[in-house]
Amino acid sequence: MRARPQGRRMKVPTFIARHGRQAGTVAVFLMLCAVLSVLTPHFLTTSNLLNVAQQTVVNAIVAVGLTYVILSGGIDLSVGSVLALAGVVLGLALEAGWPLPVAIAACVLVGALCGVLNGMLVAFGRLPPFIATLGLMSIARGAALLVTDGRPVSGFDGSFRWLATGELLGVPVPVWCMLAVYVAAHVVLHRTRFGRYVFAIGGNEEATLLSGVPVARCKVGIYALGGGLAAGASVLLTARLNSAQPIAGLNYELDAIAATVIGGTSLLGGQGSVFGTLVGALIMGVLRNGLNLLGVSSFVQQVVIGAVIIAAVLLDTFFKRSRR
Amino acid sequence: MLAMRGIAKRYPGVVALDGVDLTVESGEVHILLGENGAGKSTLMKILAGAVARDAGTIEVAGKSCGMATPRAAQQAGVAIIYQEFNLVPHLTVGENILLGREPASGLPGFIAADALRREAQRWLGELGIALDPDARVADLGVAEQQMVEVAKALSLEARILVMDEPTSALSNAEISRLFEVIRRLRRRGVAIIYISHRMEELAQIGDRVTVMRDGRHVATRGIPDVTLDELIRLMVGRELKEQFPARRTARGAEALRVEGLTRRGVLHDVSFTLHCGEVVGLAGLMGSGRTELARAIFGADRIDSGRVMLNGRDVAIDSPRTAVNLGLGFLTEDRKRQGLVLCRDIAENTSLASLDRFCRGGVLSTARAEAAATRLATDLRIKAPSIAQAVVNLSGGNQQKVVLAKWICREAGVLLFDEPTRGIDVGAKTEIYQLISRLAAEGRAILMISSELPEILGMSDRILVMHAGRIAGEFSAAGATQEAILECALGPKVAA
Repeated sequence: MRARPQGRRMKVPTFIARHGRQAGTVAVFLMLCAVLSVLTPHFLTTSNLLNVAQQTVVNAIVAVGLTYVILSGGIDLSVGSVLALAGVVLGLALEAGWPLPVAIAACVLVGALCGVLNGMLVAFGRLPPFIATLGLMSIARGAALLVTDGRPVSGFDGSFRWLATGELLGVPVPVWCMLAVYVAAHVVLHRTRFGRYVFAIGGNEEATLLSGVPVARCKVGIYALGGGLAAGASVLLTARLNSAQPIAGLNYELDAIAATVIGGTSLLGGQGSVFGTLVGALIMGVLRNGLNLLGVSSFVQQVVIGAVIIAAVLLDTFFKRSRR
Repeated sequence: MLAMRGIAKRYPGVVALDGVDLTVESGEVHILLGENGAGKSTLMKILAGAVARDAGTIEVAGKSCGMATPRAAQQAGVAIIYQEFNLVPHLTVGENILLGREPASGLPGFIAADALRREAQRWLGELGIALDPDARVADLGVAEQQMVEVAKALSLEARILVMDEPTSALSNAEISRLFEVIRRLRRRGVAIIYISHRMEELAQIGDRVTVMRDGRHVATRGIPDVTLDELIRLMVGRELKEQFPARRTARGAEALRVEGLTRRGVLHDVSFTLHCGEVVGLAGLMGSGRTELARAIFGADRIDSGRVMLNGRDVAIDSPRTAVNLGLGFLTEDRKRQGLVLCRDIAENTSLASLDRFCRGGVLSTARAEAAATRLATDLRIKAPSIAQAVVNLSGGNQQKVVLAKWICREAGVLLFDEPTRGIDVGAKTEIYQLISRLAAEGRAILMISSELPEILGMSDRILVMHAGRIAGEFSAAGATQEAILECALGPKVAA
């Protein structure tokens, strides 16, 4: 029995083992949509669905970066503050009359640099990610308030506003941006060396290091990506609000962590996907939207969303345990 | 005392247990033998209530038991001592023994410290263990921690005690102390199930032996009536004539030269060479600096002085990355912690060190990486339903093959193997030996660290012996004996 050739049997289970995990999240999402479309006629309309997508965009993009960080076994609490800092940099640059592409580049650069700082503290300073990013959360928030004196920067011209209000083929520009980010993030995660290293570092950092992987450099890259994507999200948020606010992005890190976790990414690192995170972000978006449509108070909404986060992770744990 | 009948367990793609029977009498030491992956661990986890069975019945002292949860198993009198202990390191010996059953003092919620100490002392005394109940578990050695586990099991009124490879990390003196404790337990009427890969222990401690293979019960025999050869045949299902492959030495050019390697307090002036096509065994006692030497060469630890030459060129290896890029591979002592990304699959682990080979313009060709992994999995006979199987689900031998596959995939020319067969069953060991031999025949240079002298003697072309961070001696394969190596490892004699 031992000498049985193995190559032949390795095809079908490969697919199931790699993609089976997301089925549960997608099922929850579809069920939620089904229930809401029964409860209210306003849910399943093109305009409302596009609306949900719009509202999900910022959280979804921040959550992609966070998914990378969490997959690598880390955590980033600073993304909300970094989003605010990058946003006010964008606002001030536009106010100073910089061309839009340059202003956006500066904004993303600031976000990425915050991430680099996080990554260096974690990779070379050997700080626990929780501590390093908790510190940067405060620093970035403070910096955003300092450079603006605590006041919002507003009044931008129409070409910038197009990023929030424009449409291509009937779909809002921010939704296109979100989709582009997800496709790119998925491809990078599964089709590049860097992506593989993200999983490997999260799964077993020491074994990865001893396999010759430049772990420290990868970590800096991962946090830089997290910061850069938070900055990218700030561009869309600033355009939508037509104002860059130093107090923007409060608690966004928690929303992003929730989306990631609902999407089935393990907080221990090493397992998960960006597709799951997208579904997680959509579940949160649909839930908020649906509860609004049903006229549920925002206080109750918070309770419901918290319960959904717990239920999603409980369900995931339950399925994993029943498979033992 | 214990009767397990028709136990079956099926995982997706694998039948782990196929109608296994096991009966153990009170006051008996019952050895459970089988290759890794034979189903021993699964059977014991079912007994402990940690894994749910698909079919079969379990009776303890004639009473049917569900064993649905670890708690139910505990109440039925089953205790298991795993290789990784379940102790709280920062609590004391006494607190660990009576964890969850602390004697209460007058004040509700408070612990009567004196009573706890006395009771813990009583259980330790019953086993003849000299341990201070107030010592912190974290400060104890492995053998002493194991004794705490045994005392804890006894205090739980365990009627069935399972020990999973209890001697794998013990010295000879500690093993005989453990056996003394086991004999005391036996006299108390405890039924003991003893899992081990060390064949020489069977006769010393066992009363009966059950052999499992591929999830099936193969045979149960009385220890005096069975020979070692027969047991090995039963385990493997075929005769194991030659455990070590016959090797023809074709020593090639010098691959690795180490000169004066020093790491303060750990390695002192270590020099040696390694040639292509050669297997050099590195023997020595625990703590003699063998693993440290491999880590220093591989760039995992800083070195203070000394030079390393690869294929005649001076190299400065400052990180594992540099080492891997220069063609070194390192199979670590602890494959779970340092060798594998357990939650990821076979394909990803196999290609982890060589992703640059499968990248074109920064884009990874997963198809090519998977094809390579499939080829290696077939070639190395890795037993798994698919290369998408997470490595954590594989048996020890198959996990080790995945680590080997990683370095073969990388095409590493100089391989450092640290205890390549630790915790692996006899059949898989032979396969690993054949692989090592083949890798050498293909022209790779191999340094093999091992604590098993038969393995060192059977596999090596040359043998280096370390003692206290230095190379204490070198032997040719022909001129070496176990006694000579051991004497050298124990330290140089003071010159007259």
